[in-house]
Amino acid sequence: MKSAVIVFPASNCDRDAKVALEEMTGKTPAMVWHQDSSLPDVDLVVLPGGFSYGDYLRCGAMASQSNVMREVKRHADKGGKVLGICNGFQVLTESHLLPGALMRNAALKFVCKPVGLEVSETQSAFTRKYENGQRVTFPVAHGEGSYFADEETLDRLEGENRVAFRYAKGENPNGSARDIAGILSEKRNVLGLMPHPERVVDKVLGGTDGRALFQSLIENLT
Amino acid sequence: MTKITADMVREHGLSDSEYARILELMGREPSMVELGIFSVMWSEHCSYKSTRVHLKKLPTKAPWVIQGPGENAGVIDIGDGDACIFKMESHNHPSFIEPYQGAATGVGGIMRDVFTMGARPIAMMNALRFGEPSHPKTRHLVSGVVSGIGGYGNCMGVPTVGGEVNFHKSYNGNILVNAMCVGLARQDKIFLSAAKGAGNPVVYIGSKTGRDGIHGATMASAEFDDASEEKRPTVQVGDPFTEKLLLEACLELMATDAIIAIQDMGAAGLTSSSAEMGDKGGSGIELDLDKVPQRETNMTAYEMMLSESQERMLAVLKPGREAQAEAIFKKWELDFAVIGVTTDTSRLVVKHKGKIEADMPITALSDAAPVYERPYKERAALTGEPSFDKKKNALESLKTILASPDMASRRWIWEQYDHTVMSDTVQVPGGDAAVVRIHGTNKALAITTDVTPRYCRPDPFEGGKQAVAEAWRNLTAVGATPLAVTDNLNYGNPQKPEIMWEIVAGIDGIGAACRALDFPVIGGNCSLYNETNGEGILPTPAIGGVGLMKDVSKMATVGFKRDGDVIILIGETKGHLGQSIYLREIEGREEGAAPKVDLGLEKKNGDFVRGLIEAGRVDTVHDVSDGGLLVAIAEMALPRGIGANVGIAALPDAIPFWFGEDQARYVIAAPFAEAEKIVAEARAAFITVAELGKTGGDRLILDDRSSVGIASLKDGFEGWFPNFMSGEEIPVKN
Repeated sequence: MKSAVIVFPASNCDRDAKVALEEMTGKTPAMVWHQDSSLPDVDLVVLPGGFSYGDYLRCGAMASQSNVMREVKRHADKGGKVLGICNGFQVLTESHLLPGALMRNAALKFVCKPVGLEVSETQSAFTRKYENGQRVTFPVAHGEGSYFADEETLDRLEGENRVAFRYAKGENPNGSARDIAGILSEKRNVLGLMPHPERVVDKVLGGTDGRALFQSLIENLT
Repeated sequence: MTKITADMVREHGLSDSEYARILELMGREPSMVELGIFSVMWSEHCSYKSTRVHLKKLPTKAPWVIQGPGENAGVIDIGDGDACIFKMESHNHPSFIEPYQGAATGVGGIMRDVFTMGARPIAMMNALRFGEPSHPKTRHLVSGVVSGIGGYGNCMGVPTVGGEVNFHKSYNGNILVNAMCVGLARQDKIFLSAAKGAGNPVVYIGSKTGRDGIHGATMASAEFDDASEEKRPTVQVGDPFTEKLLLEACLELMATDAIIAIQDMGAAGLTSSSAEMGDKGGSGIELDLDKVPQRETNMTAYEMMLSESQERMLAVLKPGREAQAEAIFKKWELDFAVIGVTTDTSRLVVKHKGKIEADMPITALSDAAPVYERPYKERAALTGEPSFDKKKNALESLKTILASPDMASRRWIWEQYDHTVMSDTVQVPGGDAAVVRIHGTNKALAITTDVTPRYCRPDPFEGGKQAVAEAWRNLTAVGATPLAVTDNLNYGNPQKPEIMWEIVAGIDGIGAACRALDFPVIGGNCSLYNETNGEGILPTPAIGGVGLMKDVSKMATVGFKRDGDVIILIGETKGHLGQSIYLREIEGREEGAAPKVDLGLEKKNGDFVRGLIEAGRVDTVHDVSDGGLLVAIAEMALPRGIGANVGIAALPDAIPFWFGEDQARYVIAAPFAEAEKIVAEARAAFITVAELGKTGGDRLILDDRSSVGIASLKDGFEGWFPNFMSGEEIPVKN
């Protein structure tokens, strides 16, 4: 599996994504600068966490207008896989590659802690190595992760089995609608999620629940 | 030229004798710009004029010290060609006036100190002191400081991995915000600030200069009064986004060989960075302020030289490398300008709009700056054993203590800090020390910040020793070998002899402990004049300690892990209740002598415990500090909800035994067979050791008689902070 990690100014989980991809795929991903107007030939594009452009406007809004996002959209339109983690998820909703929006956490505070999740959809390139309903723990680290969409959109996401991850009962850290932690695009080739799977691929760091997400992609793309 | 009046001299925080010295050094009346430059460079904050003679007594050397005090941060050798670069610094005064920006720029400033030396910051810590919880400003200040630290650190993508927080009425009008940054570099890629050689370009990089923070260093060198809120305009405003770009751009430039010297613009901005670089390099610097990138119009030379706008650096490049450097900063969309040149005159020359605004010998700002041996007077020591009610129920008291402001869980704070970004945090906040893996290796750094201010008021010397010993103990308790410290000395007005005594005795105590424990001081910061309306803070010499673990998989943590482990106490318990948490929280008194620290015992007991961890024989360790033994045991039960049955035969007085704060002690838990061996080995080494009981169940049982559920202890322990911050509960006084 060939992959690329997009680097926006003040992306700060770009290295974490790179290290996780190296660990899981054995190959170094291409690091693509936000001003680049082309993408290398890759199977997977990762939009990493961070504070792209300082997030002084709505999170991800500036990044969605960058040169490289035009290419990422083209990649997604062709069916290429895109994984947006945390700020990357925010960039995906701002770019309309995924529906809805991420609002400030219900408690109006940044929150960083391990959170229990339920894998609610395994029929996707990102989640097939998980069991349906499997309970996993990923850390979250965000100030604006409260997923919001109108009722019709939420119904549709659920009806089309596009909610890939939900916060487990009682674990919703940010007030997300219907405990939604991660969603798939209509064509199921784009996944955005607030929790950080790339931070749980190493036992020393307290968990390996994120490995199956990368293994799913590898199995699908190689 | 403006005539300098006595009022102007006073407004610049300079004494009459200092001004007389300026006239002598200059041989003429200074210009306004020159007066401003003297004012900041000779301020307590920049010159260390009250503490310099005493700081010289600290031990600063060891075979593993690469760079001691005097640079932007200290550097130690951590093997394999790697270097660890770290420092702690205060941002107290600004944080009281404007908590969010004050704390945020404190974080930004200390990060620049570390990355200006070539290191990538890998961990942040902070030591915070607030007024009593019931004070009307405390909640506002806690909330602002915590979001400021988080707002800056989270955006930078550097994990904030721990720290400490105390509440005490002595900080009601003067909170303390001390931030520590730990970075990693290769030993052959360390950058210093000596601007050696003449004719080299001086370049300005980062953000534009505005009018913010003018006279910040001078403000930080004076006491507060009721009108201090009016000083809000002197607080700088932080922009972590620009700092993140500056970090990446600087590291990219440092990967080339274009830099001769580099220094961040911190306190006293352009003035101190240029003067210090010239001074260290033995050269002169000529600046053309017309070339300085400016955010506001019509800025004067005075304003530009004294501005403390954030996210700026000054560098001296090899001639001809300007274009290469500029390309890097353009890529990161940062300002870059050649604003001057090094000279062989040893003078700082400032030009603006065709006029020479300042022309002064650089040594007048460094070597010739005033140094004071201020008089000091010992305060009568607090002595004696405090009385206590022997009938009080120990478990009830434990419950109260765990839910008290100084002892309750700090989860409310550290969950607002991204502590796992960079994917190397092995021990998250809440343990004895934070542990951060050295990227791509099996080694790790352990980091802690410690001081017990309530010990430092009655006995500044023992308090200074204790701060170092506790830092050393916390690093030891996770299994690390303690290597070096940075000190952040927060005190009141040094012109008062009793405060000066607190400072001198505190430094002596730190020095004694650092020498005995082979734990040198490699950098630090002094924050004096922490007073409001004449009331000084508790002496607070915060110690930031760093240690090295060769094999991170051997790391010990606080929480009990299995049922049936034997609980062992290492170290002697006499039952010292003076200045203890117990006495304050249960008896309502701050009395008695501070506990004495026997440095020989510290070393012996600590080396024994570390040996057990390094050999992989013990994975559950906690040092005994605030609150004493029973609190330590409860803190080991809380993380996984595993209880314990503890007690000791023939106990003369239960309360001093369980709650005394004797030093040099650890609690460890190990399976039976291993525990028997450990006890025998400790006895053979003449280390005081006692078996206290076993782990198991979901209750803490004392002497087979009384018990309390771990869940109910946890409710109070986890509940205090969120309840306090939500404002739902009227906080208790401390």
